[in-house]
Amino acid sequence: MVSKLDEQAVRHVAHLARLSVTDDEVARYAQQLSRVLTYVEQLNELDTEGVPPTAHALPVSNVLRADELGHPIQQEQALHNAPRQQDGFFRVPKVLDQETA
Amino acid sequence: MIASATDIAKAVRTKECSAKEVAAQCLARIESTDGNTHAFLRISGEKAIERARQVDEAIARGEDPGPLAGVPIAVKDNICTVGGTTTCGSKILEKFESRYDAHVAQRLQAAGAVIVGKTNLDEFGMGSSTENTATATTCNPWNASRVAGGSSGGSAAAVAARMVPAAIGSDTGGSIRQPASFCSVVGLKGTYGRVSRYGLVAYGSSLDQIGPLAVEARDVALLMGVIAGHDRRDSTSVDAEVPDYVAGLDDPLDGLRIGISEEYLGEGLDEEVRGCVMAAIENLKTRGASVVPIHLPHMNYAIACYYVIVTAEASSNLARFDGVHYGHRTPEPKDMIDMYASSRGEGFGAEVKRRIMLGTYALSSGYYDAYYLKALKVRTLIRRDFEEAFQSVDAIASPVAPTPAFTIGEKTEDPLAMYLSDIYTISANLAGICAISVPCGFSGAGLPIGLQLMGPAFGEGKLLSVAHQYQQATDHHEQVPPASSTD
Repeated sequence: MVSKLDEQAVRHVAHLARLSVTDDEVARYAQQLSRVLTYVEQLNELDTEGVPPTAHALPVSNVLRADELGHPIQQEQALHNAPRQQDGFFRVPKVLDQETA
Repeated sequence: MIASATDIAKAVRTKECSAKEVAAQCLARIESTDGNTHAFLRISGEKAIERARQVDEAIARGEDPGPLAGVPIAVKDNICTVGGTTTCGSKILEKFESRYDAHVAQRLQAAGAVIVGKTNLDEFGMGSSTENTATATTCNPWNASRVAGGSSGGSAAAVAARMVPAAIGSDTGGSIRQPASFCSVVGLKGTYGRVSRYGLVAYGSSLDQIGPLAVEARDVALLMGVIAGHDRRDSTSVDAEVPDYVAGLDDPLDGLRIGISEEYLGEGLDEEVRGCVMAAIENLKTRGASVVPIHLPHMNYAIACYYVIVTAEASSNLARFDGVHYGHRTPEPKDMIDMYASSRGEGFGAEVKRRIMLGTYALSSGYYDAYYLKALKVRTLIRRDFEEAFQSVDAIASPVAPTPAFTIGEKTEDPLAMYLSDIYTISANLAGICAISVPCGFSGAGLPIGLQLMGPAFGEGKLLSVAHQYQQATDHHEQVPPASSTD
């Protein structure tokens, strides 16, 4: 397990998370997150061979409901908090013609 | 001095006083008290008075408005309510207006309660001190230089300072219990699935639970009975009968087996906290309880396990804040990617960014198995420890936090130190079990100390009756903080 998160790795993770970070933040997060990751590595002391993972604490799964007409949110309600909107749509900057990595 | 929720509901239902009078008194009390405490982010005075008037009208028509008739309640600001903002203490949701009420808000109002305002929190619930907030830090009503705890610090402080008889918080790793302990009030985190999360802004979805805070366990029982129960809008809500928690409060404790675990009383525990917790356990023994030593071998791995899982879930949940559908959008984005990254970079605070990055890292290609999957497996071991323990005991007693409330600013530059303060509370969330925090004394410096009682899944009734009977025999909860004795 790699314990140290260097500044390059912080920038990569920030990009994956779509978070803009300043140079100051990168330096600070590299140090703080490395400390947390080092702490977290104590989990490796435990043998978990054959132990099933717990995603939810209680055995509730595949909860279904009838596919009935409900009262969906109205368009103007859905758009109420939109930072920008136009003609009943959410408006965003142009998506095509750019790198999307 | 504001009365208990139980007494207010009784007085309003019997027309001894009107809901409107109660609401007006409560709002005046908040106005005069909250200036130094900063428990509230928003007070909805007009709406509260209007709502109280409706309760009074129902009573005048001969209807029963419900078990919380006219009871003023404060709600943590990560729980959606219609009318005004729901900000989660975040700049990114500074102007967000929910178009629907959370399940708990609907239940409370259907029971006659009057929501008077929204309380401060660590941004999105991420923190243990209510310092990670876009607005002012909530101060501890017992000592303004100390934190109120977190993340439901505003709810705990509002109750402790007698601004409201009861409040609603949320608990992902101790966020109801730890501030309850720091502020000397009772706080209950129910079993995972006991209270619907519909309308709770998601943080760690497999851990989050909504629960009540009040001065007395009786009021907590009253509120829990109202908010618990199945809701089809939350697929993790459990369809199990809700017992009458209030009716069970005086069930005899004879034969009650209380487990104590060395893992919860070892290194790092403040001596004064240990003293108060042990004295509380002795008190319960005089009430017919017996003490059984238990062992929870994986307890020491809980923090590491928790911070991998909760940050992974947070990074996924908070992906929804993208500057498109709601929330802050950067004014001049270069392109689509920049719009996402800059909106999020400008809108989230430091701790939220840290947790998103930690979680993104733990879920990223090449690290998923080593961190996230490993933590899920350790979670199984922790859950099994509790299952085994509850074969031989009815409840487990422990401290809520290793120390009384720490000083404001003390841990803000050291995230790991802040995480370690959650050591005694997070296991209950990982295991999905219920747990309650009850005032059990004060340090020499006059800071509150809390006793935690953990119970098996759906064991809330037992925890409430133990807490209630302990409070009947003690007066810690009757002490009133200096910040609230000014009028």
